[in-house]
Amino acid sequence: MNAVGEDNILEIKRLVMTFGGLMALSNLSFQVKRGTIKAVIGPNGAGKTTLFNVITGSFSPTEGSVKFNGSPIEHLKAHKIAGLGISRTFQTVELFGNMTVLENVMLGCHTRIRPSFLISGFRLPQALKQEVRIRENAMKILKFIGLADKFNAPAENLPLGEQKILEIGRALASDPELICLDEPAAGLNETETYVASSLIRAINAKGITILLVEHDMKVIMNISHEIVVLNYGQKIAEGPPEKIQNNPRVIEAYLGSG
Amino acid sequence: MEKITLAGQLFQYLITGLTVGSIYAMVAVGFNIIYNVTEIINFAQGEFVMLGGLIMVFFNVVVGLPLVVAFPATVIVVTMVGVLLDRLAISPIRKPSVLTLIIATIAASILLKGAAMFIWGKTPYDLPAFSGRVPITVFGAVIQPQYFWVTGFLIVIVVILSIFFNRSIIGKAMSACADNPDAASLVGINVRQMILLSFAMSAAIGAVAGITMTPISLMEYDRGAMLAVKGFGAAILGGLGSFPGAILGGLIMGTIESFGAGLISSGYKDAFALIVLLIVLFFKPSGIMGSVEISRIKRF
Amino acid sequence: MLRIAKLPIALFALFIIVFPWIIRQIPAVDNYADIMIFAGIYSLITIGLSLLMGYAGQISIGHAAFYGIGAYTSAILTAHYGLNPWMCMFIGMTTSGVVAVLVGAPSLKLKGHYLAMATLAFGIIVYIIFNEETSWTGGPDGMSGIPGLNLFGFYFDSVERYYYLVWIVVFAVFIFTVNVIQSGTGRALRAIHASEPAASAMGVDISRFKILVFVYSAVLASLAGSLYAHYLNFINPSTFDLFFSIKLLIMIALGGMHNIWGAIIGAVIITFLNYEWLHYFEEFEVIVYGAILLLVTIFLPKGLVGVPEIIKGWFRE
Repeated sequence: MNAVGEDNILEIKRLVMTFGGLMALSNLSFQVKRGTIKAVIGPNGAGKTTLFNVITGSFSPTEGSVKFNGSPIEHLKAHKIAGLGISRTFQTVELFGNMTVLENVMLGCHTRIRPSFLISGFRLPQALKQEVRIRENAMKILKFIGLADKFNAPAENLPLGEQKILEIGRALASDPELICLDEPAAGLNETETYVASSLIRAINAKGITILLVEHDMKVIMNISHEIVVLNYGQKIAEGPPEKIQNNPRVIEAYLGSG
Repeated sequence: MEKITLAGQLFQYLITGLTVGSIYAMVAVGFNIIYNVTEIINFAQGEFVMLGGLIMVFFNVVVGLPLVVAFPATVIVVTMVGVLLDRLAISPIRKPSVLTLIIATIAASILLKGAAMFIWGKTPYDLPAFSGRVPITVFGAVIQPQYFWVTGFLIVIVVILSIFFNRSIIGKAMSACADNPDAASLVGINVRQMILLSFAMSAAIGAVAGITMTPISLMEYDRGAMLAVKGFGAAILGGLGSFPGAILGGLIMGTIESFGAGLISSGYKDAFALIVLLIVLFFKPSGIMGSVEISRIKRF
Repeated sequence: MLRIAKLPIALFALFIIVFPWIIRQIPAVDNYADIMIFAGIYSLITIGLSLLMGYAGQISIGHAAFYGIGAYTSAILTAHYGLNPWMCMFIGMTTSGVVAVLVGAPSLKLKGHYLAMATLAFGIIVYIIFNEETSWTGGPDGMSGIPGLNLFGFYFDSVERYYYLVWIVVFAVFIFTVNVIQSGTGRALRAIHASEPAASAMGVDISRFKILVFVYSAVLASLAGSLYAHYLNFINPSTFDLFFSIKLLIMIALGGMHNIWGAIIGAVIITFLNYEWLHYFEEFEVIVYGAILLLVTIFLPKGLVGVPEIIKGWFRE
């Protein structure tokens, strides 16, 4: 495994997110160390996807800060955050159904290119060269994730397991430093789950930090370096898997009064 | 000889504006009823008004039925047109996306306009005023008695709708559909029927607007589009989905248009309402009564 | 849907070149070249709108305004001030572009119905201006005396010459647009249409792209308007009314909005309907348009371009 940095790639400080009367996130603070896999778990409605949406720029938090590599990003728009090096997948797969597998990944490269309307319209050599580069890069990623033979298939025709893998591949294409995976194993059978976890580990081995929301406890325990537990928008525990497993508050949140 | 004072003239604009605004309010209410149940904006809303006027001309002038008979007869016919619109243009659509529904209601509006042109031609038609044309002078403003009919019917409609939505079971069922169609159907409410009902009601209200306005401003086959846009502007101004908002929006819209036409330029009369619409859309799409969250969350 | 094959393009070019010669052989259809000029002019608008609606997923029912801005800019600057028509065309396109940014920036933040209504209102406002500013535009009576076009002394003063001028422009725009669709920009547009949250998350600046396509479609409509003005040498506001914007919608829906060929097919068919086939049935005209739009929306949502796919589907069963 690559050297795990001692610095924090992501810092969440006192994050508050309210919608109307509902407080989805309440005074949430934690850090993610560079090069690690950190999992966010909690019962349904605990605020996990809201957390992702705030980090990746879909919403601005009501209060608090999100710092990426030391700079605040909490008020930046989603596309700018993507350009800084944060990528994500979605809880319900959000592939581009009107494109092929390859084109989905090629779109992932968007932040690394500067598509110009006029240059592409006139078919200038730089546009063509760029397209070739993007295509090669995308094929490389498809090989890495094991979907190279389906590159020309319409993305919406893939079975769910492969769609989720494709979404991860698309997230890789922008060469991110941090990937936020929202329930990568949801709806997958055991084989598919195994493929997904191996892929996540392989991505992390390249030095990419992973922030992961998951319900599948086996996956969490197997691959995370650290876990943070949310309930009702608040952090109730944080630490390595062994500590979380035996934490009474965590057990209560999942089994108990909620 | 009457002296036309500035105050009198301004009051005249106000009265005209409130009357015209009542028409816009009725169109806006029609929009809201359908929107609340289906989240569809019915571009053909204006055609209901147009048909109300022209069909009334047919029953009242051509066939010669007395007002008391022709009025409800017209409303019934236009209501049936509304039902047909839902049955033929909206429900057959297999993959209802926003774009498709917009185009479907536009198609329906052109069809209705084309049918009207075919039947009635391009000439404007007149209706006898309900209680004659002897003008009443109030504070220096000359008011046609028909103006009172327009505003009067608006009030009647508002009262009937309030009772309907707040007190009757069907009305409450319709409101439930608006809030959450999935939950509503789980509880046994037939959402399809509610949608049909919403189109029927909107058509009926549009017809009333058309019938009451024709003695004042005549009616022709292509009046629908402008009425629809302005009525929509009124609905947005007041806050889409809100009935008090629709009334307020309509009256404000009508007043701005009237004052604009009178004080600034009569050639640009129609543009005033449209400019108000654009300003609202650009700066506060939730309107006066709407809340920002609702306009953000509304599925589009 | 995406790989725009080379063969159809070559056939298309061939067809355009020989069309006038073919119809010259058949006296009954000798006005068809004239009609094709209008079809070509409308195609310029529908190509841009197809990109806007079919690829970027936005709607505009006010594009007659940009068509009119191009026409009136060309008309006023050439007829009243005697400026070079080509330069005026360019000025018109720039003006339309600027207006498109000003109107598009706030409008394209709106979704669905709101956007449709905003474009509708904009279109009507511009139409009213054409009618009211009589000193500039001649008002409802229109403007005449608009000069024709010539390039270094070569005058486009016959139907055939103007036909080739228009369709060469259409062809060039078509190729340009196809290039855009097949590029990273085209991909970004399709991504926006498929899933805005995902596109955003992958770094696509959605507002910028929406405005970009809107401006492009406005510029093309303006170009079309200028070509129209210089062909008829006379324009009046009724050409640029709401119903024209809706006719554009019908062209795109009929042809198929998700494929750039649909733009041309729809434009050609509706133009012939308009000028030739419906000419004798004027009272039915509006009903026919409404019926076409409704039937296409319900039964042929992908337009005529989608028919081969449907037929293939029958054979598979």
